Amino acid sequence: MTTPAVTASSVSKSFAVKGGSVSALEGIDLEVAAGEFVSLIGPSGCGKSTLLRLIADLDQPTSGTVTVFGKTARQARIDQNYGIAFQQAGLLAWRTVGQNIELPLELHRVAKPTRRARVAELLDLVGLTDFADRYPEQLSGGMQQRVAIARSLAESPELLLMDEPFGALDEMTRERMQNELVRIKHETGAAVVFVTHSIPEAVFLSDRVVVMSPRPGRIQEVVPVRLGATGERDENLREATNFFSTVRAVREALHGVPVAESAARGVDIR
Amino acid sequence: MTRRRGVRPVLFGIAGIMLLGVVWEVYKALGPVKGVVINGLTVLPRTDDQSMPHLLTMVTRLGEPVLAEPGSLPLWQVVATSAGFTLGLAAISWLIGVVVGMLLAVLMQRFRTAESALLPWVILSQTVPIIALAPLVSGVGSQVRFGDAVWQDWMSVVVIASYLAFFPVSIGALRGLEAPERAAVELMHTYAVGWWTTLLRLRLPAAVPYLIPALRLGAASAVIGTVVAEVSIGLEGGVGRMMIEFASGSSGDPGKPWAPIFGAILIGLIAAGIVALLGTALKKYRRGEIAA
Amino acid sequence: MRSLRARAIVAPAAFGIAVLVLWQLAVVVFNIQPFVLPSPVNIGVQFAQDLPIVWDGMIITGTNALIGFVLGALAAVVAAALAASLRFFDQLTQPIVTVAGVIPIIALAPVLYTMFGAGAETSRQVVAAIAVFVPVYLNTLRGLRQVKPVHRDLMRAYAASRWQATRTVTLPGALPFVFTGLRIASSLAVISALISEDFGGPIDGLAPSISSAAAYSNYTLAYAFVLGAILLGLTFYIVTLALEKLATRHSPLPNERPVVRT
Repeated sequence: MTTPAVTASSVSKSFAVKGGSVSALEGIDLEVAAGEFVSLIGPSGCGKSTLLRLIADLDQPTSGTVTVFGKTARQARIDQNYGIAFQQAGLLAWRTVGQNIELPLELHRVAKPTRRARVAELLDLVGLTDFADRYPEQLSGGMQQRVAIARSLAESPELLLMDEPFGALDEMTRERMQNELVRIKHETGAAVVFVTHSIPEAVFLSDRVVVMSPRPGRIQEVVPVRLGATGERDENLREATNFFSTVRAVREALHGVPVAESAARGVDIR
Repeated sequence: MTRRRGVRPVLFGIAGIMLLGVVWEVYKALGPVKGVVINGLTVLPRTDDQSMPHLLTMVTRLGEPVLAEPGSLPLWQVVATSAGFTLGLAAISWLIGVVVGMLLAVLMQRFRTAESALLPWVILSQTVPIIALAPLVSGVGSQVRFGDAVWQDWMSVVVIASYLAFFPVSIGALRGLEAPERAAVELMHTYAVGWWTTLLRLRLPAAVPYLIPALRLGAASAVIGTVVAEVSIGLEGGVGRMMIEFASGSSGDPGKPWAPIFGAILIGLIAAGIVALLGTALKKYRRGEIAA
Repeated sequence: MRSLRARAIVAPAAFGIAVLVLWQLAVVVFNIQPFVLPSPVNIGVQFAQDLPIVWDGMIITGTNALIGFVLGALAAVVAAALAASLRFFDQLTQPIVTVAGVIPIIALAPVLYTMFGAGAETSRQVVAAIAVFVPVYLNTLRGLRQVKPVHRDLMRAYAASRWQATRTVTLPGALPFVFTGLRIASSLAVISALISEDFGGPIDGLAPSISSAAAYSNYTLAYAFVLGAILLGLTFYIVTLALEKLATRHSPLPNERPVVRT
């Protein structure tokens, strides 16, 4: 068996606040296999983003260990083993679309001709070839997010970390982006850890959905999604019966009880 | 700051300044010669030719020789030379202020403790008249020697003016360096690049929209500081000293004291213009900036 | 959280004390002469001894600054209100204010002394008033134009009259901006009143006292006057800041950076 993309063992994280500390994550054990698509879902405050940040080495766990491709998270960051996309596109306003995608390559001193070729490839992948010389402010939110995704793929990472990358988009753009992500995932074969608060989104995209509960953040249940290989899913799946049954399974896992009894618990069930 | 291009704003601008001139001439024609005095206090100015010369007098005086004696240079030329001198000092002061202000901002951005320790003092010193120290700077300077070089009065002027210029720059630069959104900063972290690369690639470019107004303010402060320090330190050669000289020795020559004022206005406009040019050169980094 | 607050107070206080102590030590150890730099202790002692004359200077400069501040601020608020409601007035005044923001206003001082009389304080007050006008005008105008679209729509939906909308939405929304302008202007008033004293007029006030103390080689006294000027500047700033906090305690902070000069 190959080295898993991500391993978290007995990970806890607490933050210092006024008059003590609050526990954001407790006893997290999770393994994401190479090439696997795993979503983290749960209500606000369940620590799903925190877990992603620990994997990215943006924060450090209070206890427990996180390894990425068998290395420490820190080493994996230094070795650039992952690409990341946030809820905000986080594009640099003074760089064109092409230059934004080029940024990580430039920072890591990739030769200019190679950079050019790779940027062209990525622009094509996210369908923005015609927009290479535009500036971020001239783009819609969805297009900006596509640039951010292209940027996260620039160095062909084997792990993609995505923190609600479609959270700020409208429903239609969002579905289109999901379809594109499925395709990109298929073409690159990377493992993905995807944070979301939308159940259908998680189900549509993932091999496994990790359902988390808040205060303190724990893994409540891991729902396997048996809807065929993630790379082969398409628009029709959204209408399929087994899609709905999996959505229902995740929803019940989130609420801990059958759905009917827990109508509004603050989870977006779009 | 003119964002709206076109002829209209320019026309209105000219009209506005002409209106100011009309108000001047109308009051001069209609107002009492001794001014409007209430309880022995002059609340509106005197209107005699010495106190309020005709605008035409101010302008024509510029073309006449400074002194009555033959071979005397025309006034405008003398004022222009002094203005050039003052502008030069202001420019040196501005550059020093910008360099020191930027370094301090980078230091404060890098070390939180430095920010907590220094920032309140920087803000506080902006609120107090530091310029009051001007007459005392030469005393300190007189003790400073670099080999054979002796401390010059113009150096005291530069010290004061650069001191005034540095405050707005350091505050503006600090705000700018801290402006990048969190996602962008974290992105640089995920790229495993160091503080220096983050500064060059992210923080400095992101600081430009904040820096341009700060640089403009710094330039205005440098000009004011230079003019005032010239007066209080008593440095010859610039418009500051010239204002005092012309004001005291110009009875019967009412247009003359206005000439160095025009010089000072010109310096202020040139300084602002240079910063505006700099802003245009850095246009690429000012996307999404709201017109201040 | 406690450590954060401690750092916000302890760090600057420690830095200030360290500077004062080093200054004192340097003066004593290197035997620095007063004409170079008097020690902080000596300045403090001199300030206490000569408090009456320093106080006189502070009152004169402070009164000029205050009169200029009030006049300039009133004129600025009225002008900004006019500019916000009359487009042509805005277009006429904008270039003048823009120019006034970048030129050294102080240059007017010598001719103002001729216009208002060299024996009177009026010209100093006028210089302070013009300096105050610029930031108060610009910030007030921005505040008056700051009405949020959602609030404007709400007023339209209520079919509110123009005056009702002004009273309930525009004016309260502009208030924080006015005070931001006033806070910037408070320091400018003191600085302008002070520096205009160097350009002529009566031999009273703080700036001439500093110069004449220095001319008579009484450097410690000169620094005591400087201390007086600093205290005056601080008083103006703190009083305006307190008024601002009082008047805007229910308003959200203006989220845009203040206009100091355009």
